[in-house]
Amino acid sequence: MSLQTFLQHLVNGISLGSLYALLAIGYTMVYGILRLINFAHGDIFMLATYIAFYSVTTFLLPWWAAFLIAIILTALLGIILERAAYRPLRSSPRISIMISAIGASFLIENLAIVIFGGRPKAFPIAPIFSKILVVGDVSISIVTVIIPIVTAIALFILNYIVNKTKTGMAMRAVSKDYDAAKLMGININYIISFTFGAGSALAAIGGILWGLKYPQLIPLMGIMPGLKCFIAAVIGGIGNIKGAVLGGFILGLGEIAIVASSPALSGYRDAFAFVLLIVILLFKPTGLMGKNSAEKV
Amino acid sequence: MKKNLSLLLALVMILSIVAVGCGQQAAPSEQPAEEVIKIGVFEPLTGANAAGGELEVEGIKLANKLYPTVLGKKVELIILDNKSDKVEAANAATRLVDQDKVSVVLGSWGSGFSIAAGAVYKEAGVPAIGTSCTNPLVTLNNEYYFRVCFIDPFQGNVMANYAFNEVKVKKVAFIIEKSNDYSVGLAKFFNDTFVELTGDQNAVVYTGYYNTGDQDFTAQLTGIKASGAEAIFAPGNFTESALIMKQAKELGLTLPILGGDTWETPEVIDIAGAAAEGVVFSTFFDANAKLTPVTTEFLDAYAKEYAGKEPAAVTALGFDSYILALDAIERAGSADPKAIRDALAATKDFPGAAGTVSLDENGDAVKSAVIKTVKDGKFTYLTTVEPIKK
Amino acid sequence: MKKANVVQSLVSIAVVVVLLTVLNGFLSSFQARIFNLCGIYVILALSMNLINGFVGLFSLGHAGFMAVGAYTTAMLTMSKEMKEMNFFLEPIAPWLLNVQLPFPIALIVGGLMASLAAFIIGAPVLRLNDDYLAIATLGFSEIIRVIFTNTQSLTNGALGLKGLPYIGIANKSSEAYWWIWGIVIITVVFMVVLIKSTYGRAFKAIREDEVAAEAMGINLFKHKMMAFVIGAFFAGIGGSLLGHLMGTIDPLLFRYLLTFNIVLIVVLGGIGSITGSVISAIVVTIAMEVLRILDGTIKIGSLVINGIPGTRMVVFSVLLMVVILFYQRGLMGTKEFSWSWFKKLPFITKKAKIS
Repeated sequence: MSLQTFLQHLVNGISLGSLYALLAIGYTMVYGILRLINFAHGDIFMLATYIAFYSVTTFLLPWWAAFLIAIILTALLGIILERAAYRPLRSSPRISIMISAIGASFLIENLAIVIFGGRPKAFPIAPIFSKILVVGDVSISIVTVIIPIVTAIALFILNYIVNKTKTGMAMRAVSKDYDAAKLMGININYIISFTFGAGSALAAIGGILWGLKYPQLIPLMGIMPGLKCFIAAVIGGIGNIKGAVLGGFILGLGEIAIVASSPALSGYRDAFAFVLLIVILLFKPTGLMGKNSAEKV
Repeated sequence: MKKNLSLLLALVMILSIVAVGCGQQAAPSEQPAEEVIKIGVFEPLTGANAAGGELEVEGIKLANKLYPTVLGKKVELIILDNKSDKVEAANAATRLVDQDKVSVVLGSWGSGFSIAAGAVYKEAGVPAIGTSCTNPLVTLNNEYYFRVCFIDPFQGNVMANYAFNEVKVKKVAFIIEKSNDYSVGLAKFFNDTFVELTGDQNAVVYTGYYNTGDQDFTAQLTGIKASGAEAIFAPGNFTESALIMKQAKELGLTLPILGGDTWETPEVIDIAGAAAEGVVFSTFFDANAKLTPVTTEFLDAYAKEYAGKEPAAVTALGFDSYILALDAIERAGSADPKAIRDALAATKDFPGAAGTVSLDENGDAVKSAVIKTVKDGKFTYLTTVEPIKK
Repeated sequence: MKKANVVQSLVSIAVVVVLLTVLNGFLSSFQARIFNLCGIYVILALSMNLINGFVGLFSLGHAGFMAVGAYTTAMLTMSKEMKEMNFFLEPIAPWLLNVQLPFPIALIVGGLMASLAAFIIGAPVLRLNDDYLAIATLGFSEIIRVIFTNTQSLTNGALGLKGLPYIGIANKSSEAYWWIWGIVIITVVFMVVLIKSTYGRAFKAIREDEVAAEAMGINLFKHKMMAFVIGAFFAGIGGSLLGHLMGTIDPLLFRYLLTFNIVLIVVLGGIGSITGSVISAIVVTIAMEVLRILDGTIKIGSLVINGIPGTRMVVFSVLLMVVILFYQRGLMGTKEFSWSWFKKLPFITKKAKIS
């Protein structure tokens, strides 16, 4: 493999990995607080791209306004989802909440098929996003450069919120010990809504970037990225934001590496994430950066 | 209280089902059976393949509007959704032959659904006319399945010839949609022909795979860039293919990209944008090819019905399946499925919108293929390839 | 008391058999097909309920087990000529070409292979809890699908297999009805006996409280594995029956959406109720077919409502959410049908109390 080819693969992998990372952060935040796999996270991501799509095509908004609206509306949808599907079951067995999450995901997908139609739609791309840079023999589209930058900024802001603000402190408290946090007078409902809002906003940002890179919208587009990014979060150590980023990059680079090293194996690419998941769970169930926590009785 | 509720819930569910079931059975008896001839249609109208299904139904409905009667009786279309799902396809098929008692069935987009339903038609002895199901297995060992389209081996062969003779390349790369029988089949037959033409066992220098629903193909394309291939053959589902074109351009890959009939959907141009320029694919039909007099008739009717829209190839095939069914009913002189089957099997030189159809011993159409490209954001006719005479 | 139970059970089975015979008389072939599908979904729902409902393991690997069962049985029942016809792109592995077994044996082998897959995957994943287990088993079923898509000389890849023989030994389509419903009865009886046994009590103890169950001396891993393997066996059988009922299978048939359908049935019926699963499987399967009218055009007099394709699935998703949010126990909760219900009816005796 020539150096150019290697560099091109590396760029591809970093770009894909940072997209995974962005989505994985949303999973990890929700899981950290509620101990819940938000199965509908991938569908929230899908809704964000459709909102952005209709804002541009139907309401003829400029792209930046459309993105802003998509992010705000998606954050609201995330909060509504939590209130409607998860909050009523907070004291129920874990299995009920999980089924509710699956049910919510199922409902959003089926509604999307009816409302948006089953045919794929082309995501509108503003000209500034479609430029292509050529460095040496390596081609890089602008979006490919933007994605890791956005991921880095999102990570920085989140880190600040979680570690430096009062809300962040409350979030950490809730994630450490739900009941104790409640006793300390923390407004649990507010913290959970905030987490869902922030996680969904990240999903929206991820969705929009995804749309810019892979400009094709279908109602079921969130399922596979959703599953893979959850796996990325688990690999990194669920509940850990830096871990989610690490997991996203491992997954993205790993997938590219499989195809790059042996085209014959490229058909097995989708299995890679799941195999990696099972291996990680076997040898380090808390993930690469997760802390060990004893089973609570 | 809770228990009562549950019983109530169960009762309501069961009652509603019984009620609806009865209602449904009562409905067909409104019209005397002798007055109409029923033609069943099973197509994916929801799910992953809804786009293709809708286009074919469009053509069938158009043909029905033009020719609403046969043998002096009204034709009633019964359109069922197979949900892009094999189990549903078989259910819908059973319903058509058993409940609705159709004389002949049209469909479906997607060979898998046709194969699943084929077993039902064969057992019931009701003939079916495939629209765009190109997998050879659909009609093999099933004397009740026919189709108005050519099959994968022919299409793979056509594109290999085109790549060798017209594009003049000696080395190609494949990107195959591994979970799609259509893509796997086309690539295999392309490979066989191309190796024979070039006399080079290693004429295919790169073979990469992907799964339906994948969105990132940068790794495969980067591999191709380094492989020394002179053209890419990437048959597959149109949504993924559009992304392949787009990413190829972003990676600075300027090789000709070749594919199959699935690409002829407006979404390919919408999604791939400028990257779709110059891609070449084989398909069934083009307005400019004027394959038969029926083509003009179809185009006029289509322009009247859907002003401003370009007809897709599969819409023409839907149209053809319907008029062929009517022709067979006329030749059989009755609505008896067995008689229609025998009439269908004898189809020779039938003029359809998408070319002249002769059915071979398997029930597959022997017909010409059309090669198209994308120019200035539009599908543009290149040439017509005649069928291989056996 | 025990004796009375056995008598009651035998009477129930006899009643069911009589009902089935009567039904068989007047079902049209379309209705019979849907009814056969109901039977298959009963088997699938029961097998999932054993794992998810009685042991409380949230497993989403059903589609994978079904795929293993369906492919194994199909490869064993198809004739040599049929296999050669199917594998026209890439020749079949020679050792697979000539094997052919009678349907009943092939069916059991299919179930056993699914069990074996469950055993292999269970060893690592059953040590995980709730959500990790869910995602790992879901991953397993996806891995199976990807493998089956790629190993073309063994499974024919994306082309799938066509021309699977009819269910039964005489190669007649009408036989399917009795085979499927016979297996349903066997499955129900097996599940009831299993749940009432010591193992069944251990399963429920694990579901209620793992730590307490372990403290009581119940070997968690052994019991979980047992339920997992048995559940997979029946899932494999269900998959084989589904494949042979349709006459064709391909890897796309076994997507996780199939698993979600079964989850839907189990949840609506009541997690942990055999009766609930049976009723729910039948009702949901029939309703899926009946509600087809929602997707098409509805004519009421002169009023024409154009249906939007997909509405049917929205109805089911809403129903699922309503049940989950407001009616968590589903149709039956963990209750079971029993003859004592009739004794509790007010006009028979007023003394009986619901325990």
